[in-house]
Amino acid sequence: MMQADPKPTQPPQTPYRYDGVLKVTGKAKYAAEFSEPFPKGDLLYAYMLQATVPAGTIAAMDTKAATRASGVVAVLTPFNAPKLPVGKPQPPGKRSLTVLQDNNVSYNGQPIGVVIAKSLPEAIHAARMIKVTYNETPAKLDFMGRLGEGHAPKNPGKDPASQSRADADAAFASAAVTVDNTYVTPIQNHNPMEPHGTIAWWNGEKLNVYDATQYITGDKMTLARILNVALDNVHVQDPYVGGGFGSKGSTWSHVILAAMAAKIVQKPVKLVLEREQMFGPVGYRPTTVNHIKLAAGSDGKLTLVQQDVTMSASVLEEFVEHSELPARKLYASKQIITTTKLVDCNYGVATFMRAPGEAPGTAVFEIAMDELAERLKMDPVQLRLLNYAERDPSEDKPWTSKHLRECYAQAAGRFGWSKRNATPGQMVEGNKLIGYGFGTATYPANRSAAMAKVSYLPSGRVFVGSGTQDLGTGMYTVMAQTAAANLGLDPMQMDVKLGDSTLPKAPVSGGSQSTASVGPAVDTACIQLRLKVAGVALSDKQSPVYGAKDTDVDVMHGRVFLKSNQTKGESVTSLIARNGNVPIEAEGSAEPGEDKSSMTSQSFGAVFAEVAVDKDTHMVEVRRVVATYDIGTLVNDKTGINQLEGGITWGVSFALHEEAHIDLRYGRTVNESLAEYHVPVNADIGTIDVTVLNIPDTKFNPLGARGIGEIGITGAAAAVANAIYNATGKRVRHYPITPDKIMMA
Amino acid sequence: MNPFAYSRVDAPDAAIHALLQNAKFLGGGTNLVDLMKYGVERPSTLVDINHIGLDKVQADANGATIGALVRNSDLANDPGIVANYPLLSHALLSGASAQLRNRATTGGNLMQRTRCYYFMDTAFPACNKRKPGSGCAALKGFNRIHAILGQSDEGSTSPHTCIATNPSDMNVALYALDAKVEVHGPKGKRTIPVRDFHRLPGDHPEQDTLLRPDELILSVTLPAAKFAKNSWYLKARDRQSYAFALVSVAAGLEMDGDRIKTAGLALGGVAHKPWRSAEAEHALEGKPATEETFEKAADAALAGAKGYEHNAFKVELAKQCVVRALMQASKGVQAS
Ligand SMILES: Cc1cc2nc3c(=O)[nH]c(=O)nc-3n(C[C@H](O)[C@H](O)[C@H](O)COP(=O)(O)OP(=O)(O)OC[C@H]3O[C@@H](n4cnc5c(N)ncnc54)[C@H](O)[C@@H]3O)c2cc1C
Repeated sequence: MMQADPKPTQPPQTPYRYDGVLKVTGKAKYAAEFSEPFPKGDLLYAYMLQATVPAGTIAAMDTKAATRASGVVAVLTPFNAPKLPVGKPQPPGKRSLTVLQDNNVSYNGQPIGVVIAKSLPEAIHAARMIKVTYNETPAKLDFMGRLGEGHAPKNPGKDPASQSRADADAAFASAAVTVDNTYVTPIQNHNPMEPHGTIAWWNGEKLNVYDATQYITGDKMTLARILNVALDNVHVQDPYVGGGFGSKGSTWSHVILAAMAAKIVQKPVKLVLEREQMFGPVGYRPTTVNHIKLAAGSDGKLTLVQQDVTMSASVLEEFVEHSELPARKLYASKQIITTTKLVDCNYGVATFMRAPGEAPGTAVFEIAMDELAERLKMDPVQLRLLNYAERDPSEDKPWTSKHLRECYAQAAGRFGWSKRNATPGQMVEGNKLIGYGFGTATYPANRSAAMAKVSYLPSGRVFVGSGTQDLGTGMYTVMAQTAAANLGLDPMQMDVKLGDSTLPKAPVSGGSQSTASVGPAVDTACIQLRLKVAGVALSDKQSPVYGAKDTDVDVMHGRVFLKSNQTKGESVTSLIARNGNVPIEAEGSAEPGEDKSSMTSQSFGAVFAEVAVDKDTHMVEVRRVVATYDIGTLVNDKTGINQLEGGITWGVSFALHEEAHIDLRYGRTVNESLAEYHVPVNADIGTIDVTVLNIPDTKFNPLGARGIGEIGITGAAAAVANAIYNATGKRVRHYPITPDKIMMA
Repeated sequence: MNPFAYSRVDAPDAAIHALLQNAKFLGGGTNLVDLMKYGVERPSTLVDINHIGLDKVQADANGATIGALVRNSDLANDPGIVANYPLLSHALLSGASAQLRNRATTGGNLMQRTRCYYFMDTAFPACNKRKPGSGCAALKGFNRIHAILGQSDEGSTSPHTCIATNPSDMNVALYALDAKVEVHGPKGKRTIPVRDFHRLPGDHPEQDTLLRPDELILSVTLPAAKFAKNSWYLKARDRQSYAFALVSVAAGLEMDGDRIKTAGLALGGVAHKPWRSAEAEHALEGKPATEETFEKAADAALAGAKGYEHNAFKVELAKQCVVRALMQASKGVQAS
């Protein structure tokens, strides 16, 4: 009877974000804000101690004074912490955790203890009394000075199998036009507004946590494995997440430490990281040095794309920032060669951050393309069109859907790209140099298996649940809309629940996959629910549709009725009332189709930026950004466009602001606060004008939606960088592009 | 945070009497409380002076008296200040954020401490300002925000070395305007010209100012307004708002037709105190307001500047900013 119709059009929109009222009235509770279900006054506060040297071993920790200090309940160190079966890095996050199992120090800032006290100030005060002595060993800190030590990753993963350097060198030597430059992206820290935080408490063998996480299921698995608890005995909750950007995608040491502490003191324990504690122990984007060589004929056709990347890595664990990926996906070229190398450093463990790979990759590669266009005396957009990739060049596969040409045309038109003067430094307004720049955006479409549960409640409202997360991205809204569309109801009639590990499993909220994964699961669950409701009605003698064939009945708009005569039917509430007055429940799951390996699903976009650079202060104003994206179906106008605008803002941040500075002698990040680690403020962001093509990619999933969480940051940094060049004639190849670099270029 | 006592006083005299050993006045708290959280400041007592009055501004063309508890926002928007001392207003508005300016006080701003990373993080072992005698980690560290003028540089391990800067915007304008600071201590009141109020690090980098630990700032006074028609505050920074200056310039000109009669010029972000150069002002006075004059003044202001690994750019940036600020000032004042 009822079928999963592909939905090429948008579902009905909510008037505002589903959780909007709770957010603006402060009623949405974040992980560290809970004060129940444990008795008031039971909650203890933990403060994480960190190493202050970058390498060596801890010789001793004098905790006498701290243990006796006011309010202190316990002090955990590597010398007294319970032994855990940690061993190898733990899936699914595969993070090398430092949870007091040995006295090694691998980076400055590494967790080396926990003080648990009746209040946070008491815990911090006691922590400062602890005297730590180290046996220091030489630390590897100067990444830039050690580029020659780069080694291939143990798990090259995405590197192509065979590449011929000889052919590449020949292509480069014989090319009419070439580019050969090195581009650097810095270490960046995620800095979500909500700091990482965990509340943990035990009921016997059962471990409960509220945790600021992008992945409750991952948290649950990691906690269960490391603490040796049965999976069913771990309950993770996190109804609202104040941003994560990848840093909350893995379970880091402090989560385990909070649970360990709670076990030892047999009380609920809250451990929240201070802002400065988020520079090291919870991941960051590694720095990348990208040597890019491009070769083209005088016609502008690429004959060689080569990108050799050397990046920083932690001595603790390998993480590859695939900044070479855009080079392999963006344009057709006779040859495409990429390599990645790692230089081990005494830094914390790196991790996924805001479009890992694609963000730094497009930031550097799209500058190189701009340089090539200039040497060819060709319009940068024209150069892209000339080398348009009709198929995925990295794997020679067809795309499930690609409409990048329309993006270029639409965005260029709205921006007024034709007014650009290709010669730098020609547009002047008083003390400002004006420049236009452009970059291509791209991000893969990801999708994973997800499950959802829906139930018709006796009140007529519908419960919609899935063990996913909402990072402020709009999952509540998407789930409400998707279910409401399927059932023909108002989205605000949905009771949405997520962020609870007792709900059916959903993937990590990362890789821009949540809508694409959870949306179809909710859809499937709703189809099942309609079947179930119909089934109850068909076998209920008092129902007006009793005895009809199941293919003749439908459930929509809160009613069950005959398709042939819609007036013949009844409300679902009266049906439920007669049948025990209990909810009718259904579950659904969805996973990527078989097609996944034969085709590539990838989003694209075109980003144009206008900057004004002050002649004397060299400060950059990004006056406007105009972008058009091909991201499949736009599921919700408000949350979707907002994600893209937010991504562009991060792109500006990448271009102009973000960088963690690590002291080369101590291995500490010196600018470990939001006063000194810069992200854009309102004044830095001019107008952002975003549109989407809204062409469904139904080969990717029935919703046709490819996910939009991360593509916004890609291409935007290069658009700004190229605009700065157009304004000033100065090519800065080392992000972020700060006033001093422009002045000195 | 260390345990501390808190006492609230309701009059300036009471404040001075309440100031026991190792106590500190609490103004807006936007600097002091942060540093207490970081473990950099460890006062035994906080004497809350937010209720002692001293919160009025009196300003006209003949001079101004600014109470020590006047909030930065109130000062920046005071009509008498806006009309007669626009330089001060703009300097204030270019600092911090609206929220911080609503809290921050005039006295607290004068006394705010450096943003040197190695001072603010107790995990770094060396900082002569935080731990006298421990050396200077900034000298060979990441020193992009550090001083190029007037610093003490006797090597990283010397107890004198300090290349920290005074981060304030307000102070830079006060220097160009020749402000005076009225203070009150157990031995009575005294007046300190603002130019002498802050110190260069010299042999005692731990001392930022000449204010004695038992003295309270009562007010800041300004002389008759000379630069109401021609002044400019220029701040070069890493983002459009809410960032400390890489370099800032407060320029005030008293014009006589196309010629400069007198000038007030001070630089921020370059030294342990706002940098005022008599030579630069001398290079301006009596001269035509031309780019050439301004360039000479810029060279004079930066004479002897010395940069380090990450801040060498400040020398050239400061020169460009001086010329620009003077050029702008010669044409009028910033729109409010
Ligand atoms: C994120 C951030 C960004 C900022 N950006 C800028 C910027 O761009 N430009 C800028 O100029 N500033 C900036 N600031 C600094 C800000 O201006 C200062 O924190 C503020 O002016 C301090 O004033 P307060 O009243 O809060 O001082 P408090 O923190 O209360 O006190 C600071 C010091 O002054 C002493 N003190 C206070 N009042 C008196 C008095 N009457 N007599 C004697 N001693 C006194 C205190 O004892 C303490 O030692 C920023 C601050 C932050 C946190």
